[in-house]
Amino acid sequence: MPQAGSEPKDSCVVRVRGLRYAVGGREIFSALDLDVERGSVTAIMGPSGTGKTTLLRLITGQLIADAGEVTVAGQEVRLLGRVGLYALRRRMGMLFQNGALLSDLDVYENVAFPLREHTRLPEPLIRNIVLTKLHAVGLRGAARLMTYELSGGMARRVALARAIVMDPEILIYDEPFVGLDPISLGVVLRLIRELNDALGITSIVVSHDVREISAVADRAYLLSGGRVAASGRPASLLESESGEVRQFMKGLPDGPVPFHYPAPDYAEQLLGGGPT
Amino acid sequence: MRHVVRELVRGAVDSLVLLGRYARFVARLLAETPRALLRFGLVVEQVYKSGALSLVIIMLSGLFVGMVLGLQGFDLLERFGSEESLGTAAALGLVKELGPVVAALLFAGRAGTALASELGLMRATDQLSAMEMMAVDPVRRVVMPRFLGGVVAMPLLAGIFSMIGIFGAQLVGVQMMGVDSGQFWSQMQGAVERGDVMEGVVKSCVFGVACSAIAVYEGYHSVPTAEGVGRATTRTVVISSVMVLLLDYMLTAVMM
Repeated sequence: MPQAGSEPKDSCVVRVRGLRYAVGGREIFSALDLDVERGSVTAIMGPSGTGKTTLLRLITGQLIADAGEVTVAGQEVRLLGRVGLYALRRRMGMLFQNGALLSDLDVYENVAFPLREHTRLPEPLIRNIVLTKLHAVGLRGAARLMTYELSGGMARRVALARAIVMDPEILIYDEPFVGLDPISLGVVLRLIRELNDALGITSIVVSHDVREISAVADRAYLLSGGRVAASGRPASLLESESGEVRQFMKGLPDGPVPFHYPAPDYAEQLLGGGPT
Repeated sequence: MRHVVRELVRGAVDSLVLLGRYARFVARLLAETPRALLRFGLVVEQVYKSGALSLVIIMLSGLFVGMVLGLQGFDLLERFGSEESLGTAAALGLVKELGPVVAALLFAGRAGTALASELGLMRATDQLSAMEMMAVDPVRRVVMPRFLGGVVAMPLLAGIFSMIGIFGAQLVGVQMMGVDSGQFWSQMQGAVERGDVMEGVVKSCVFGVACSAIAVYEGYHSVPTAEGVGRATTRTVVISSVMVLLLDYMLTAVMM
């Protein structure tokens, strides 16, 4: 029986049931179910435009579902007020696609930012925590650089240091490999796995880089057409016989997801001279 | 014809909606003010950015406006043989009207656009979303210090503008046109009352609130694209300029 004041340790940190969400009449999710196991690295994959980032925003409460349940750490996101949502977010860290570092602060102050906002720790302790986190991502020596002096990979690593500075339970990565050179990509991949295991956190990684994410994820979800097309260990998805899954995992240009965006008949449009 | 009427109605409704959004935003800013003042360092930093960094343009403009006022005033007053009143005319014109208005227009162009584009870029580069995700309210942490910085800086800039302007008028009237220095200053001292100065102070405070609120609103709500940030910056200048002139008329009418 759980002690008073503590919540029961559910094996699922994030649970999504019957999620429905539409934007401007276009349905992004129709009835999505998804579980993220505590302590795992879970990959959410899918072609561009399938709503991967939207799903992250629904999980973090930046968007609210039209119907269905999104439960994070035992709390239903839709029912949380602003204070509750902020309390929940303090237990999460998020790495944005472009790092989203604060451009008027240097690297050190960016990492120290959540500590300064949420704690009253003495300066020497803040310094030690910040340097520890920067050391973990290999950028202790870059502490006094401004954000515009960083490469894309370095910015991503600084953002990662900032995301873990409050020791979150859940770490969310939105397209962490986009635009990275092979060395930076390898570093970020290693950090995702190592931080997850060393800090005992739960990681959710949104990506469409199949090979990279398959190397570190414990479980993968493939989204397509507003639902989960397949889920399981990345290796099992790679061997899937489903046309939809095969097309994505093998990177085939045509298949169930058509190469062409829906359009009127080609010849008719060229010869008819109608509107484009 | 029906189409025109429909567009007019839609335009009127959109304007009312925008006005409502502005009112709600400004109400929130005012409600957050006491708490934001506790983070004094952030406000001081923004007073520096909005105020101190606008000083050169304010001082240069003040000097030239004052000098023009000196020339025009001298030309006009000489016709009535009362060129000694140049100090009074220049001081009243600057303190009550030109100082607050021109300083506010320059403030909107220099500091207002900087605020709007900075916030717009923060929105476009997910910095504001990142703050939300770190459980930090961007309105409290980013918008409020910038708003208060502008509110504090604006009256100071208007005061400096007026002082430099009076110096410019004296430069032209006394040093170049030969108006008696003693008459210039003593008539000014005798005619300009505390109420005249207060009128300028009140106007510049109101303009400061309006220009800063418009800049942070447009920047904070800008569409997160390069075009969206550009549009927010343009809207800041246009709306601020029109509001300053409108408010100036209303305040002048009330305080006469």
